[in-house]
Amino acid sequence: MKVQKHSVMESRLIEKLTILADAAKYDVSCSSSGGKRKNENKGLGNAEGMGICHSYTEDGRCVSLLKVLLTNHCIYDCAYCVTRRSNDVKRAAFTVQEVVDLTVNFYRRNYIEGLFLSSGIFKNVDYTMERLVRVAKKLRQEHRFNGYIHLKTIPGASEELIKEAGLYADRLSVNIELPSEMSLQQLAPEKNYKEVLEPMGNIKQQLVQAKEEKKLFKSAPSFAPAGQSTQLIVGASAESDHQILQLSSQLYKDYSLKRVYYSGYVPISSDNRLPIITEPPIIRENRIYQADWLMRFYGFDAKEIVDELHPHLDLDIDPKLGWALRNRHVFPVELNTADYEMILRVPGIGVKSAQKIVSARRFTSLNFEHLRQMGVVLKRAKYFITCQTKSLQRQDYESELIRRKILFGEGSVRSALLKQQLDLFRQVG
Amino acid sequence: MHFYTYDGTFEGLLTVVFEAFERKAWPTTIEQQHLAQPGMFGENITVVTDEEKAGRVWQGLQKKLSVGALQALYHTYLWEQPGFEQTVFAYIKLVFSSAQSIEGNYAAPCVLQVQQAAKQVHREKHRMEAFVRFEKTADNLYFATISPDFNVLPLIVRHFEKRYVDQRWAIYDTSRHYGAYYDLEQVSLVNLELPPGKRPNIVAAEAKDQEEDIYQQLWQVYFDNVNIPERKNPKLHLRHMPRRYWKYLSEKQPRRLS
Repeated sequence: MKVQKHSVMESRLIEKLTILADAAKYDVSCSSSGGKRKNENKGLGNAEGMGICHSYTEDGRCVSLLKVLLTNHCIYDCAYCVTRRSNDVKRAAFTVQEVVDLTVNFYRRNYIEGLFLSSGIFKNVDYTMERLVRVAKKLRQEHRFNGYIHLKTIPGASEELIKEAGLYADRLSVNIELPSEMSLQQLAPEKNYKEVLEPMGNIKQQLVQAKEEKKLFKSAPSFAPAGQSTQLIVGASAESDHQILQLSSQLYKDYSLKRVYYSGYVPISSDNRLPIITEPPIIRENRIYQADWLMRFYGFDAKEIVDELHPHLDLDIDPKLGWALRNRHVFPVELNTADYEMILRVPGIGVKSAQKIVSARRFTSLNFEHLRQMGVVLKRAKYFITCQTKSLQRQDYESELIRRKILFGEGSVRSALLKQQLDLFRQVG
Repeated sequence: MHFYTYDGTFEGLLTVVFEAFERKAWPTTIEQQHLAQPGMFGENITVVTDEEKAGRVWQGLQKKLSVGALQALYHTYLWEQPGFEQTVFAYIKLVFSSAQSIEGNYAAPCVLQVQQAAKQVHREKHRMEAFVRFEKTADNLYFATISPDFNVLPLIVRHFEKRYVDQRWAIYDTSRHYGAYYDLEQVSLVNLELPPGKRPNIVAAEAKDQEEDIYQQLWQVYFDNVNIPERKNPKLHLRHMPRRYWKYLSEKQPRRLS
């Protein structure tokens, strides 16, 4: 292999990218969908329609955007954050031009869909926000860039700056990070809920207003057409899944957020304000995402998924199955006659399968063979459905037995117990 | 028994449909001329592609199918898997013999097959749009090669045409030996005449733009540092990015020494 000599500038840029990509990676959002920016100015890029994952990290997450911090210098000292003031890490800062050049050159080679720019807070909030906005402005105006831009809004930034940010960005986000005011006080003493929620409300207002103006004048400037999102850290503080889902449900309703992201806390810090864990709570995070999906696409209310009595999601089974096992009285569902909404509630049947079923049954009465051919997964569904009033089960099982059969297979109860025991040993050992 | 052969084009396949209906001679097999082995006991029918006949079949289909279904049928042609001609034929025959629309009738095997083939082709199209990596040459051309599982180059051109309006680019299919070239005005499909064994897999070192290497390296640096090692999940990684696609991806190539 050819050994290359790098110029000093190139080496410096490599070092900056190393530090500032590493510091940005805990922000899990990487969505590039929902932008409506078409390439109408003979410029660079096109962000209409679906987002694209151009690569996947070794942890299996989508890489769609160049996700970096402008700088990891920070005046705040939030316990959960790698970039916190008291943490002994290498610091670096990009110039505005460096971020612009990286974005354009990565985009031209089809590495990315656009830029997700966030930053540590240096000097003060508005000084930082102003620089983020400047990157976006330069891309849009000097490079006629129509790719996707997601800007992080710094809590406490002025209304004018947020307004300007929305003109250039496709998406804005303010991270709540901690799911309750109390945890925020404990872990991020310089922040408070008001400072986080204010810009969120602000953005919502601007979104509504821009939409109204668009109705009157087609040429009215659009404001963050892909909407706003936020992130909650899971497992760095004591909130239950019930509290977390209650909060997201409220955020979807009151602030019309496009997405709430959940980030299983990765133990990056030995700060004594934090719980001692060795591994990020990946399964819990996954279950919360499934619950979030149920609220957004399956017509579930947060209350149906978890409540005060059952404040935590079952880690062994998905929340839809959990709900179905608690609500056996609405099953079995006859697939040839049930409403689409009800079919969506059957464990193991997703949006695509439900649509196919509703479409195909217009032509013929469906049996289980049809379902198999269409690729409907029956492993979980078979306990909850009938086709032409027939069931795949010879008898009605108790919820607890269904749960065991799904978890441990069709074998006898004894082998299930054995397996459970082995799992316990593994956990202990 | 009727053994049809055609020239491998979509128009040719539609002409086969026309001829079969005209003769009321339903095909036992439909094969491309250069692949076909003449059957011994039956009629061998060599169909010559006729744009007018193909057009009439297509217009007939347009009256009975949605744009989405027409697209799925075309995708089944680009799918190129054994037996795709028969699937296309069975589908068209079902369309013309049914009074009501057959779309969504997944209980009929050919409708389900077309839907599944179209889905596979669509997924490969999406992957190519994601995994193409351009290299910049010294004369400002952004060049990439692909060798997709299905013949999706015609389907991805529109995407890149809209995206890269202000740069010259070319994408070459190394297994089907043709490519698309955008010259700042329009896209044309081109055949590169290359001596056998000399495939344009990568841009030769001396033809690369001088900034090309540093950006490839920066992309590798980014890829390595955006990863969270505590969350390592190789199974999920491979499911999203199967190994056969790695050859396109600069982030999956050996790290350079510097």
